[in-house]
Order: sequence, then structure tokens, then C-alpha cells
Amino acid sequence: MSVTQLSTADVVRQALRGKRLDLRGTIFQLALLLTLIVSLGVLAALLVQVIGDGWVVFRDRGVDFLTSPLSASAKRAGIQQGLIGSVILMIFVILLAFPIGIGAAIYLEEYAKDNTMTRFMTANIRNLAGVPSIVYGLLGLAIFVLVLKPLTGGLSAFSGGLTLAVLVLPIVIITSMEAIRAVPQSIREAAYGVGATKWQVVRHHVLPYASSGILTGTVLSIARALGETAPLILVGAITGVFFQSSGNPIDRLQGPYTSLPTVVFSWTRLPAAEFRHLAAAAIMVLLVVILAINATAILLRNRYERKW
Amino acid sequence: MSAQAISREHGLAAQLSGDPRRRRREALVRQAFLSAATVSLLISALIIFSLIGRTIGFLTQVDLSSLWSIGWFPRRGFFDIKTIVVGTFLVSAIALMVAAPIGLGAAIYLSEYASPRARRLLKPILETLAGIPSVVMGYFALNFISPEIVQRLSSRASLFNVACAGIGVGILVVPLVASVAEDAMHAVPGSIREAAYGLGAKKMTTSIRVVVPAAVSGIVAALILGISRAIGETMVVAIAAGATGGHLFTVDVFGPAQTMTGAMSSLATGSDQVRGATGAYPSLFFVGFLLFVMTFGLNVVSERFVRRVRKRY
Repeated sequence: MSVTQLSTADVVRQALRGKRLDLRGTIFQLALLLTLIVSLGVLAALLVQVIGDGWVVFRDRGVDFLTSPLSASAKRAGIQQGLIGSVILMIFVILLAFPIGIGAAIYLEEYAKDNTMTRFMTANIRNLAGVPSIVYGLLGLAIFVLVLKPLTGGLSAFSGGLTLAVLVLPIVIITSMEAIRAVPQSIREAAYGVGATKWQVVRHHVLPYASSGILTGTVLSIARALGETAPLILVGAITGVFFQSSGNPIDRLQGPYTSLPTVVFSWTRLPAAEFRHLAAAAIMVLLVVILAINATAILLRNRYERKW
Repeated sequence: MSAQAISREHGLAAQLSGDPRRRRREALVRQAFLSAATVSLLISALIIFSLIGRTIGFLTQVDLSSLWSIGWFPRRGFFDIKTIVVGTFLVSAIALMVAAPIGLGAAIYLSEYASPRARRLLKPILETLAGIPSVVMGYFALNFISPEIVQRLSSRASLFNVACAGIGVGILVVPLVASVAEDAMHAVPGSIREAAYGLGAKKMTTSIRVVVPAAVSGIVAALILGISRAIGETMVVAIAAGATGGHLFTVDVFGPAQTMTGAMSSLATGSDQVRGATGAYPSLFFVGFLLFVMTFGLNVVSERFVRRVRKRY
């Protein structure tokens, strides 16, 4: 009697446990993991290719490559103008896209009533974020280069900076809105409760708490703007050789310009192997800067992320 | 209520609303933020206005029969739409064949299988990939994907070809597909998974038969968004797909071809003066308009799908 009872329990236990090894499940899980391993492999192959092609330039020339202007001769060509151009473009993005973007986000999250107009504005911003970057180049060409020529000087660093600022604006707005939305309502109510006005609530309570999220988003958008090429070639970033217009800063802003990724593009298109090495070396510089910016953003997020 | 009480309440209300300077400042700040928000509307209006205006200008300027001819040669007056649309379609299809399995597989793994620690280690792979500029991917497509992968698959493949551009674009789109699809699967409530386990389903069955169907709208949205990104991707195509200047109609993925974005970038960087040729320069805006309409349509559809997931849970 007791023997049969035991065996029944064993049978049940065995049935519940199932087959020891779920072969199909394991293969499935490995296949899923493989997708991430493939992605890592692509990144590794990309880095190996770029460093393999580009390190000779740094070995032979060192900093000379960073401080030489563009040239038709591969032995003398460098990325100085690209670096300067990219810095100018980023200043435009920081001065224009950040204040306008954060201001728009504050309006939409804190001030605007939930009505049709607000919903339309939000939907519009989301659509703008999905517009291909080259279309922003067309906007820049039609408006900044042609219509605003007296101000921008036509195909100039001014037009390029405005175009990039417009390009990242929707991203800045969306990430800032998310950061502001994450601040709990109770904090606002507490501030109103002691008599603060709307602006005081925003300035002293909402913005400080949302600042790490806003900062992360804006830092990421700088990295995005730094790597953009397509819109710039439409608004006149030079893909050949040019001489920097010297003199006062306004002449410089209204004169010819290029950017680091544009230099990469123009060298990549040239068939000679020396220019492929130069392109790879310029990519190394670009990737170091962009990956450093992205890592800063991720660190900021991990460090200051708040759980309410 | 007596007159005295009313006037007292008035005084109290005046006191509570603060002094006029403070109120004025509040109104001013509000106005400043409102105008910042209006900038986004202005940008949309300017995009639509400049694209439509110059597209109409282009269409009235050229012979309409040149829009359906042998190929895309803007400087010689051939503006065959099907050449560049089919080119774009080929690149996007190849990109999706790369991005769909890798992106969705990564999304299922990160959402269903990965422990929090594994997530922290694996997520940066996709985030780094998302940070790679498209011009760098173009370089990689031309100097690695084309010779090492495509030319090994087909001995007759040329150095510049549609396939390597498509694969490069696909890699760029992977992080987007993965993150949208993962968000959708994350939104599926745990109780649904527990119900499946309660019925004795294995992890794999739960993932494929329960979580994926529940998140299907979001997954479709991720794929549509991926296509939209692939259509608008410019630099990879401009570098690796060849056909600077123009190309005949083709469906050969191992040869060069012209896409919509590729056509735009070669118009902008061509060595001969773009502004000189009749129709060549305005055709830039015509192609841009087509591109804008296509991506806008896809983005709206994908937004619909995303909202459906959000509504359900």
C-alpha cells in the first residue's frame, strides 16, 4: 500500500518537473542572445576596420593631422577646418536649440491646458522628430540660404548652424518634456501651497528636479548634431578644399565652412587609398568625441536618476 | 452678505493675487515659453511651404513625360520617379531584412529573458550602435560590408552596390526597432505572463505565443518606423550605393543604383553647378517632397499602432 502511494507521488513529481532539458527553449534563447552578439560583432568589426585604416596617419603625422587645413595632397591634408566648423555648429545648437527647446517643453508640460491646440503641437513635434534629416537640409537651403541670405551670407556656417539647431529642436523638446513630466505632482502642489507663483514653482522646484533628465537629453542631442552630415551638404558645407576667410568673426560665420563628418564624407568618396586612411583617421577623432559625449550622458543618467 | 463683507473679500482677493509687478512678470514668462513652443509650428509650416512651393515650380518647369522615362539623370532632363523610388525600396527592403530579425530578437531577449544585470551590460551595445553617425556607417559599408560580405556572396557584385548600402542602413536601424519593440513588450502586464505559466507554458511558449501577440501593434509600429528611417537615411546610400550623377532604372541589388536620398545628395555635391541646369536644382525639392510625404505617412501609421498598445494596457 505505502509502496504504491510513494510511486504515485514520484510519477506526479516527475510529470510536473517535465523533461530535464528543454532543448528547443534553450536554442531559442541562444538565438535571441545571438542577435546581441551579432550587434557587438558589427561594432567590433567597425572599430577594427577604422583603426586598421586610420592609425597609420597618426603614426606618421601625429597632431599635424589635427592642425592642418584641408588640402588636395593627402600628405598635407588635415581636419583643422572640420574641427573648427563643428565647434561653431555646436555653439549654434547650444545657444538656439537648448533654450528654445527647454522653453517649449516647459510651456507644453506646465502652462498649456490639455486642449486641441496643445495636442496638435505635441503631435507636430513628434512628427518633426521623424522627418528625415536631409529634409531639414532642404528647409535650410530654401529659408536660411536663399531667403535670409543678407543675414546668413548664403551657403555659410551661419546657415549650417541654424539648420542643425532646427534639426535637434524636436529631440530636445521631447526629452525635456519627458524629464519634466517625471517630476511628481505633489512637489508642485507643495510649492503652490506655500504661495509660490507658477514661474517660481517651475524655476525653484520643477527644473532642478528635472535638470538631470534634461541634461542627458540635451547632451545626447549634441552627439546627434555632431554626426549629422546630410543636411549640411545641402546648406553648403564644403566637400572640397577651401581657404578660411580670415578677419572678424562675422565674416567667418558668413563665409565657407565644413564640419568633421563632412570632411569624412568627402575623403571617403575619393578613390585614392591615402584618402581612405585620412577618412578613417578623421572617423577615429569623430567617434572618440561622440562616444565620450554619449558615455557622459549615460553616466549622468545613472548617477542622478531618481526613483520617486 | 453685507457691503462691508464684500469689500473685505475684495481686499483679500487683491492681496492673494500678489502685486502687479509680480503678475506682469508671470505673464511675461508665460509669453516667452509660449513663443518658444510656437517655433515648432513655424518650422513645420516653413518645411511644408518651401517644399510645396518649389515642387510646384519644378512641375510647371519640366516636361511631365520626363518623370516617367529611362532613368534618373537630372542634368540631362530625365527625372524618372520609378528609378529612385524602386532604388529606395530595394535599400529599405534589405535594411528591414537585417534590422527586423536582429532588432526584434534583441527586444525579446532584453524584455523577456535578460536579468537586470544582463540588461545593464547588453543595453549599451545597442546604445553605442545608435550613436554611430551615418557617415561612419557609410564608410564601413563601402570598405568592409561590400568587399567582405557582398562581393563574397556574389562574384559579379560591383564595389558600389545596393546590397551593402541596404545592410549598412539596416544596422543603423536596429537600435530603433529594438527599443520601440522592447517598450511595447514591456507594456504587456506581468499578470498575462503569469497566467500563461499557470497553464504550464514554457518560457519560450509564453514569449512567442503570449507576449509577442499581445505586443503585436507595437512590434508592427517598430518595423514601420524602421522602414521610415531607412527611406530617409542618406549618407550610407550616398557613399556606398554608387550612382553619383544618375542611373538607369535597375532592380539589380549587386550593382549601383540611385535612391531618393542618394539623388538629393549627389545633386547637392555634384561637381558641375547644380544651379545651372534647368530643372536639376528644383528637382531636389521635388524629391524631398516625395520623401517627406512617404516618411510622414509611415510615421503617422506607426503612431496609430503605438497608441493601440497604450490604450489596451
